[in-house]
Amino acid sequence: MKLSNLFAVGKKLDNQQRITVSIFSFLLPIFIWSLVSYAPFIWHPKVEISSPGEVGYFKQGMLIDREIFDKEVEAAINESKTIPQGTPANPIYLPAPHEVVIALYTAFTTEPKRRSEKWLHESLWDSIQVIFWGFVLSSLFGVPLGILAGTYDVFSKLFEPFIEFFRYLPAPAFGALAVAVLGIYDAPKIAIIFIGTFFQQVLVVSNTTRKLDPALLEAAMTLGAKKLSLLFRVVIPGIITHLYKDLRLLLGWAWTYLIVAELIGTSSGITWFITQQARYKNFENVFAAIIIIGVIGLTTDLILAALGKKMFIWEKSKAKA
Amino acid sequence: MTHIELPSYLDQSADVKDRFDRMKQRPVTLKVNNLHKKFMSSHGEVVALKDINFETYKREFVCVIGPSGCGKSTLIRILAGLETPTSGEVLLDGKAVDGPSQERGMVFQGYTLFPWLTIKKNVMFGLEMAGHSKASSEEQAFQWIDLVGLSKFANAYPHQLSGGMKQRVAIARALANQPRILLMDEPFGALDAQTRAKMQSYLHEIWKNIDVTILFITHDLDEAIYLADRVLVLKANPGEVHEMIEVPVPHPRSPDDLLSPEFLATKKRLEELIHPPETDVAINQDHLNMVRMVSIDNEVESVF
Ligand SMILES: Nc1ncnc2c1ncn2[C@@H]1O[C@H](COP(=O)(O)OP(=O)(O)O)[C@@H](O)[C@H]1O
Ligand SMILES: [Mg+2]
Repeated sequence: MKLSNLFAVGKKLDNQQRITVSIFSFLLPIFIWSLVSYAPFIWHPKVEISSPGEVGYFKQGMLIDREIFDKEVEAAINESKTIPQGTPANPIYLPAPHEVVIALYTAFTTEPKRRSEKWLHESLWDSIQVIFWGFVLSSLFGVPLGILAGTYDVFSKLFEPFIEFFRYLPAPAFGALAVAVLGIYDAPKIAIIFIGTFFQQVLVVSNTTRKLDPALLEAAMTLGAKKLSLLFRVVIPGIITHLYKDLRLLLGWAWTYLIVAELIGTSSGITWFITQQARYKNFENVFAAIIIIGVIGLTTDLILAALGKKMFIWEKSKAKA
Repeated sequence: MTHIELPSYLDQSADVKDRFDRMKQRPVTLKVNNLHKKFMSSHGEVVALKDINFETYKREFVCVIGPSGCGKSTLIRILAGLETPTSGEVLLDGKAVDGPSQERGMVFQGYTLFPWLTIKKNVMFGLEMAGHSKASSEEQAFQWIDLVGLSKFANAYPHQLSGGMKQRVAIARALANQPRILLMDEPFGALDAQTRAKMQSYLHEIWKNIDVTILFITHDLDEAIYLADRVLVLKANPGEVHEMIEVPVPHPRSPDDLLSPEFLATKKRLEELIHPPETDVAINQDHLNMVRMVSIDNEVESVF
């Protein structure tokens, strides 16, 4: 394999290369993270005190800015006191990879601090349910409206101008309102996901619907298809693969509203876990939780992509053909 | 250019003349009366079609030919009911055309097969729309697929087929509805020369064996003469009827006819109509500003 093959403009890599490069897309950030964590000369702006010497306010295990530490060391030398000892360290908010890996495991195995609190997997399950219902409700209305607006100009003009306006309103702005109307539990959170997804969804779906080749509609009409059969036998099957891709993308956006949604009313789900852990300064747990969100998101998308390939067999070999 | 003396395209042998006489006794399938079509565009008004009048007889094969942009597609789309004329009327078997319907089948240059349906389901589409039961649609679909020689591919998806095969499916799909007239807009325009010639023979075979009138748009003179009973020649700006030419080449036709005197005479006439002899001024203005850009010591001094 010649290296220059990797940089051929507009050419697809072969399968082996694609997998290798995709793995690198994960390895690269992990490598940078490891470098910053384990190579002390790169960053490490702090010093972890191993022996406080005679400096009154130093304690073992304390993190001190390097400059202050150096000053104290100098002072100790000048005054011939016991010199404090320490090792370079990163700030507490940047845990090293191995700490996060351990946290990933222990987060699931440590019992919650109080009886009323939830295990991590229970919090995660709450979050997934909020996302699921928010997205399903949004799609239940958003997809049909989008298809109508994309098919009939009258619906396009009826819905889209207002939706264009509404989509600029940030969903979190409706938090207080949602709580006032829907209470403090899951309902207002689902509502925020709904508001964040729905308006984009109508516009994205209507746009996709409009991209259907009009020649297919004309062909269907010369074959005797009329109004409803045009909609159900041509428009919908004609856009279904693109619609499915849109929904996968929109599901990703729905996740981005999750954290805000879960802060509304009583904090819950993975967000509750993250804020709680941040309060205890367990940043390795915070990182672990963030990584778990990413893993869940990516895994669902990969599963949905695989399902799509199964469902839409006529698309499958198109790329090869 | 022509060194051989060609007959006039108007000369018809006794057999050919007899056939045309009998053809004109047949019922009229399609009648186009004073058809006008204007488009409003950002550059103002475009007259796409101006005062088009013609008729086709039952089971006739008519080709429409004309320079690009003369309104061929507009005409066929009006006939299909996909476009409304500005004025004038189209009658099919004496009834005015209003909107698309399965009695006027259409085959487009871009295949327009439904990619999500198998070949069989594509052909069944129109039959199901017409209210046939699933079983009966399926049975008929198989017949039509067999007719275009694609039985092996009944369960394949369109993207698995070559261009020529796709167009055969499109023809089968349109014919399955047993339309009164089959409208074809440059259906073979995207095919390579060899496939195209084959498709022309197939289409002739199908036409001979089925009760259907065909209106076929092309910009290929050979294709028009080879296929048509009569050729409707349009001119551009505005799109008007130039002439309706009766093709004097006898039936049945074979690719060998491409060099027959009748064929060449007809082609000469079509060329005169479509590419009128260029004036000296036009020729003088349209040339490349070419200078020699090969170095003097080039290995190949001259290409001759
Ligand atoms: N929908 C339309 N709106 C405006 N002008 C059109 C439209 N369709 C066709 N035309 C114009 O009408 C003329 C004839 O077009 P067309 O029927 O496609 O020609 P052809 O098929 O012979 O190449 C062209 O000048 C074209 O620009
Ligand atoms: Mg055209």
